[in-house]
Amino acid sequence: MKTRSKGTMPVCTSLAVLGLLLGSGCSRSTGRSVTLAGSTAFQPFAEKLAERYMATHAGARVNVQGGGSAVGIQSALSGAAEIGMADLLQLPDEAKALSATIVARDGIAIVVHPQNPVVALSAEQARAVFSGKTANWKVLGGPDAAIRVISREEGSGTRRSFDKLVLAGEALAAGSLFQNSNGTVREAVASDAAAVGYVSVGLVNKRVKALKYNGVDPTNADVANGTYPLARPIFFLTRGALAPHVQEFVDYVLSPEAQGILEHEGLIRAK
Amino acid sequence: MDRWIARLLFLAACSSTAVLAAIAVFIFKEGVPIMARSGLGNFLFGTTWAPLAGQFGILPFIVGSLLVTAGALALGVPLGVACAFYLAEFAPRQWVSVLKPAIELLAGIPSVVYGFMGVMWLAPLIRRHLGGPGLSILAASCVLAIMILPTIVGVSVDSIQAISRRYKEGALALGATDWQTLWRVQWPAARSGILAGVILGMGRAVGETMAVIMVSGNATQIPNSILDSARTLTANIAIEMGYAVGEHRQALFATGVVLFFFIMILNAIALRVARRRF
Repeated sequence: MKTRSKGTMPVCTSLAVLGLLLGSGCSRSTGRSVTLAGSTAFQPFAEKLAERYMATHAGARVNVQGGGSAVGIQSALSGAAEIGMADLLQLPDEAKALSATIVARDGIAIVVHPQNPVVALSAEQARAVFSGKTANWKVLGGPDAAIRVISREEGSGTRRSFDKLVLAGEALAAGSLFQNSNGTVREAVASDAAAVGYVSVGLVNKRVKALKYNGVDPTNADVANGTYPLARPIFFLTRGALAPHVQEFVDYVLSPEAQGILEHEGLIRAK
Repeated sequence: MDRWIARLLFLAACSSTAVLAAIAVFIFKEGVPIMARSGLGNFLFGTTWAPLAGQFGILPFIVGSLLVTAGALALGVPLGVACAFYLAEFAPRQWVSVLKPAIELLAGIPSVVYGFMGVMWLAPLIRRHLGGPGLSILAASCVLAIMILPTIVGVSVDSIQAISRRYKEGALALGATDWQTLWRVQWPAARSGILAGVILGMGRAVGETMAVIMVSGNATQIPNSILDSARTLTANIAIEMGYAVGEHRQALFATGVVLFFFIMILNAIALRVARRRF
């Protein structure tokens, strides 16, 4: 009897300890952990900020997850994440229960292959190109080649904003190709002389050429002062009163230091 | 003791089937309501996919999956079977020791690498020489053909080597040429094994997602030629999964249900063909 109780005791304690560890690992409310989820467009920037924040705030934990803007809204609503990230022009109805904070703005640039002689599109031309009404580059002063429209998949935040701003109710060209991230759109355009697509201004590099839209270059300065119209806000969505450690992180993201980092990485400061 | 081990093994056998059953139940539960709501006919034969506008027609993706898989088999099977006969019957021993591991190595390359090669090298090549967007059914079929080679070659070599030597020796002793022996004796004897390899390869081609997303262009309309872009069933799920909520999400599960039947039908056809006597 005595030996048996000695044998079971350590097992019981270790089980209890294990249970505690698992319990504390699963619950999100304990400790100082903040979880962000949503927009894949903002995810890399959020990761950078989280890294910096954890380096300067001892004991703080910030987890950044992707999933897309829709997931951001859902997880903020369900409480799966303290902060949902969404890059949408207009928040959908289901997000009405959430409080939204604009943490940055992001321009969308229309990009073509660097060898394409076309340098600018008016709003009407852009709408005609992306809806398929203008199907050849010749019409726009380019070479005699069919225009290949490259878009994002249905549901993407960038796509929704672009559809609203540029297509304004018209349907996307029927034969459009689809890529599932800003980066792959850029690569698809970079490798195809007849392609046209759209990406985040922060992701434009030498491999593609950004077109003027309505006569304005898509530079961050022009997006910031509002002259370049193709831009969308990036929201932090939260539900109810914020826990102090969550509020602290949101404050950090809005601080001049963090906003400076975002600007350096190619986004535009929140107003 | 023996009884317990037998039970344990029975449990292990059950668990894998149970996982299959759980997956089936889950995707049916999520996917079937939206199919019922939009009508099975509209869902399967509708040609417009605009989930945010409430239009869920997946015919373009069914056609895309069929064409991409058929293309991969058309390119991969002759190459793979020819390669298998060479390795099993004609290749000198030292060549076999180099070629066989090299082909098996193909299976170990991650699909994203195949996709990357397709995007960077194959698609521009097709665009330059054959026209179209480059990211096309042809590009996807070529990439998949290479990806299913190791499966087809591996299984085929084994089934050719499993044929009794006496068949070959008998045929040659009767005065048949090498080609006659291969075509009249060895091919019929190995056929069911080779077809098993082709079925496995086909399964891989239908299910492959990453590489196909990268090289097929993912357009949502029914393609007119193999140089057009197309989207497969698997690609549709993977591309839109991240953003899908509500009905859109259910429609992706419904795509999974269709994929489920698609693969079962293809397998049933393949098995029937494999059993047929020529």
